Amino acid sequence: MSGPNTDYDPVEVAAVSPAEVEAARDAALAAIAAATDLERLKVVRSEHTGDRSPLALANREIGALPPQARKEAGQRIGQARGAVNQAFGARQAELEVEHEARILVEEAVDVTLPTDRDPVGSRHPLTTGAELIADIFVAMGWEVAEGPVIEAEWLNFDALNLGPDHPARTMQDTFWTDPGEDHLVLRTHTSPVQARTMLSRGVTDDAPIYVVCPGRVFRTDEYDATHSPMFHQVEGLAIDKDISMAHLKGTLDHFASQMFGEGITTRFRPSYFPFTEPSAEVDLVCFVCRGVNPEACRTCRGEGWIEWGGCGIVNPRVLQACGIDSSRYSGFAFGMGIDRTLMFRHGLEDLRTLFEGDVRFTTAFGSEL
Amino acid sequence: MKAPVSWIRELVELPADVTTEALTDRLTALGLKLEGIQSAGADLQGPLVVGKVLTKDPEPQKNGKVINWCTVDVGDANGTGEPQGIVCGAHNFEPGDLVVVVLPGGVLPGGFEISARKTYGHVSSGMICSVSELGIGEDHDGILVLPADAGRPGDDVFSLLGLDEEIIEFEINPDRAYALSLRGVAREAALGFGVPFLDPAEREVPAVDGAAWQVDVEDTVGCPVFAARLVSGFDPARPTPEVIKQRVEQAGMRSISLAVDITNYVMLELGQPIHGYDADKVVGALGVRRARDGERVTTLDDTDRELSTEDLVITDDSGPIGLAGVMGGATTEMSEATTRILIEAAHWDATSMFRTGKRHRLSSEAGKRNERGVDPLLPGVAADRVVELLVEHGGATAEPGFTLVGTAPQRPTITIETGLPARLSGIDISAMTTVEHLRAIGATVTEHESGAVEVVPPSWRPDVNEPYDLVEEVVRIVGYDQVPSILPRRATGRGLTRTQRLRRRIGRTLAGSGLVEVVSFPFVGEASFDKLGLAADDPLRTTVGLANPLSSEEPSYTTTLLPGLLEAAGRNIGRGATGVALFETGTVAFPSDSGPAPIYGVHTRPSEAELEKLFESLPIQPQHLAVVLAGERTRPGWWGAGADAAWSDALAVVRRLAGELGVTVQVTGAARMPWHPGRCAVISIDGVEIGHAGELHPGVCTSFGLPKRSAAVEIDLDALIAASVDVTPGPVFSTMPLAKEDVALVVDAAVPAALVEAALREGAGELLESVRLFDVYVGEQIEEGRKSLAFALRFRAPDRTLTDAETGAARDAAVAAAAERTGAVQR
Ligand SMILES: [Zn+2]
Repeated sequence: MSGPNTDYDPVEVAAVSPAEVEAARDAALAAIAAATDLERLKVVRSEHTGDRSPLALANREIGALPPQARKEAGQRIGQARGAVNQAFGARQAELEVEHEARILVEEAVDVTLPTDRDPVGSRHPLTTGAELIADIFVAMGWEVAEGPVIEAEWLNFDALNLGPDHPARTMQDTFWTDPGEDHLVLRTHTSPVQARTMLSRGVTDDAPIYVVCPGRVFRTDEYDATHSPMFHQVEGLAIDKDISMAHLKGTLDHFASQMFGEGITTRFRPSYFPFTEPSAEVDLVCFVCRGVNPEACRTCRGEGWIEWGGCGIVNPRVLQACGIDSSRYSGFAFGMGIDRTLMFRHGLEDLRTLFEGDVRFTTAFGSEL
Repeated sequence: MKAPVSWIRELVELPADVTTEALTDRLTALGLKLEGIQSAGADLQGPLVVGKVLTKDPEPQKNGKVINWCTVDVGDANGTGEPQGIVCGAHNFEPGDLVVVVLPGGVLPGGFEISARKTYGHVSSGMICSVSELGIGEDHDGILVLPADAGRPGDDVFSLLGLDEEIIEFEINPDRAYALSLRGVAREAALGFGVPFLDPAEREVPAVDGAAWQVDVEDTVGCPVFAARLVSGFDPARPTPEVIKQRVEQAGMRSISLAVDITNYVMLELGQPIHGYDADKVVGALGVRRARDGERVTTLDDTDRELSTEDLVITDDSGPIGLAGVMGGATTEMSEATTRILIEAAHWDATSMFRTGKRHRLSSEAGKRNERGVDPLLPGVAADRVVELLVEHGGATAEPGFTLVGTAPQRPTITIETGLPARLSGIDISAMTTVEHLRAIGATVTEHESGAVEVVPPSWRPDVNEPYDLVEEVVRIVGYDQVPSILPRRATGRGLTRTQRLRRRIGRTLAGSGLVEVVSFPFVGEASFDKLGLAADDPLRTTVGLANPLSSEEPSYTTTLLPGLLEAAGRNIGRGATGVALFETGTVAFPSDSGPAPIYGVHTRPSEAELEKLFESLPIQPQHLAVVLAGERTRPGWWGAGADAAWSDALAVVRRLAGELGVTVQVTGAARMPWHPGRCAVISIDGVEIGHAGELHPGVCTSFGLPKRSAAVEIDLDALIAASVDVTPGPVFSTMPLAKEDVALVVDAAVPAALVEAALREGAGELLESVRLFDVYVGEQIEEGRKSLAFALRFRAPDRTLTDAETGAARDAAVAAAAERTGAVQR
């Protein structure tokens, strides 16, 4: 808008009639109302409030009026211009809202389009399964112990009460390193980790041992749907004062219910393992049929129970070889196959899918089990 | 161990209403693991009856075959009492013979349903059966002709042939060797049901007079007890009585001849292996000793064996005539002409038996029992039982005289606190119960005032030697199902170790980078290394070898994770994946050359020094991480093009991981197979190499079936973890305004960008917040052999807004440093 015009000849100027001002105001208001977009509103604005607009011209003439007429004309024109500016502002706001809304509408996309640009990663269920198990035990205050996969024969066998002529030694078909005189094996179980823990830590009244040992183990089994030369085990060892089979049962019941669901418990059957005495095989209540009408159950094949692993009270001979006073402390140990556990937990048909590396298998499990 | 139920019942007074399932349940609860229950005639369905052949008319057929039109008396089994007309193709029977007839409606093994049908011009109403058709043996296809006194026409054949027998198969654990006999199984059944056990070993035997045969036992450690008896006048032509034959076969052994069947029958019954010699072939006295160097023997399986000086042998004047306790010899084998039989029943040292069996790869029923431990009181009893059966069924005469050399080893006396079973089981077991159960397993128990008892385990339990062994006996009888479930409450662990937590973090980071974890076998061979293009003298080819690999192609434990990982990637590509990104963490092994691992005793803990030596003898086994990126790394789509994996993606993975662990890694160029010689980086931490990353050599991509330009990483994860920052210090940064300066520097093409960046960083001084290479230009505007590197420098002061002059000075200093160190010229 221009400033007040001082360069005029008062004599030549005629007074602005109220009717003209009203007409100019109404014309402006009508044009503003009729503007349907911001573009148009901008044009309307310059036409009705710009320097050459009737109201601007009228305003310019006020100065030329006789002083007594100035006030009245000034008021009249001021009111008209105020009304026009207000209408303009309101319409501007209105049209801006409409405009923004329209842009949002125009920017709509097909949200059903795929978004699979980046590759999806995942961790192997054998890894996350071992972690899940470790977490169950860590939550009970246990620790996770580890050891080498190529192990000294003495730790894999002798220290665990499997002497050179122990019949059980033939039950485990062992990979020996070359030459055999090196007395090294690919560990056949994770039990040597238990021996290492006892040997390195010992036990005191204040520092009992509660460890789980998950890990890779090897046997010379031919590779098929249910056997593999490499598989995974988790073993547990507790050595403390007054440890009994009841603690073993309590621990495994807890493990079972955490792993397979509330109410899933275990049962013991007498068995034989060189490193435990008494020894037991552990069965798990079938977590699918829960032992109710198991006849049709594919998971337990009609048994109501699933063979899960072995366990027992640690043989005092093992404690002796590992420097633990068996008259003061007793312990329990257990062992399960992680691969096998996953197979029935997830209904896997073929063990080999675990080792093939097909990403379609692994990605199904995500990064936690 | 297979045990026919009727045989078990003969030795234990089981109530009639105890089902086979109830029996196996109890035995399983006591520790005899059920393998399965078989029924001898499970595949058969009656009516299956005794028939007496009345007529047999041969009728030659046009095709040259002769069939027999027979009428058979089947009593009332056919409902009419009239003779049954049956066509039969076999000829080995005559009118008057008793045969097995399956009548219409019956089913033979294989679901073969029998009905009356028209054939060869007759209506044949049933079938006269052979052994193989009945599925009870494969020996011959001829008609099974029953003994004349087998039964009357129409009698049910199921019970007659033992086809209604149920056979329980047990898996016998090494500590329950006594259960490798009906005597042992029946003893457990008696224990399980609290009913009387009729011990077949309780029998009167004649007085020992040494007169049966001269036996010289030189090695009394290997052979503590040796019993010998002699029979003569044995009729080798006599058949084995049906019940003995059936039981021997049901127990899983072959019926061979009456004399052999009887020795096997008695072994199954008592658990004592027995050997019968043709006494006329034995030259002079029997001897027992270790074999001498160079001696050989041909065993019953017709194998000529070179003997070890550790093998126990039976000798006569001719030298070794058998592998003692494992397998007899060919020279003194009983034949169809044998009439005088020398019976040997001996107790052997189990370890020696085990070693001999293993050495000669010989597994026999006798060896299986002897190596696990047999009741040493049995030899005389078992020999007597064999004599009894040879006399009864073979028409033999027992020669007077009974040779019994040696005495049974003493059982140890075990002192056990009566509270121990309760303490170790957590079950409330009283002292009285403990004593009672120990007596129930056959132990002799002497009670003392102190609360301890002295226990002498029974002769048949060589496995029971220590208090804990007794605990298992007591607890299994009380019942493992009585063990309460109590969580131990004293575990106070410190959670996962830092390394364990970091390994999880590494796995999650990699998965978060779109990599999929795989688990491969660690077995490799020369071909695996050839595929990686490793030179003949590459250190990775020095492996820890396996003495007994599953495959001779892959006889070693791997030194690199890449073979398995690249195979897996190739497999995915082969199965149609357009891109695959895999990682694996695992152990690799390098020989340590620190000598064989020691074997220590087990009666005391090895010393610290001994343990140290043991640990040092192991191969070096670091954890490695390997990554492969092949084909599409990001996918094309409506958003535009995708991107294939490249060398830089491999480095990005390494850097992301290092960043996650707070480790600074240095990257320098290198040429190392299996990588592309111009696109391989050495990754180092503080100047120590931890691995490689980059594009795979084109030849390696081809050999593993991977797309061109596939990339890979292998690093020592232990080294990365060791370098990781334990406690990250909180970063300090300024919120003052940022000053930006971009510079383009021209350097020789061979100058690594990292070197230029380092020079800029150092020259720029403290005001520099960051420097980032954002463009590399090679082209017309630059002279040949040079490249232009564009860097964005970002400056910021901790306490003030930088002036243009300050920023400019810092930039110029940075450029000057780059110019000095790398010959860079600003564009
Ligand atoms: Zn089930």
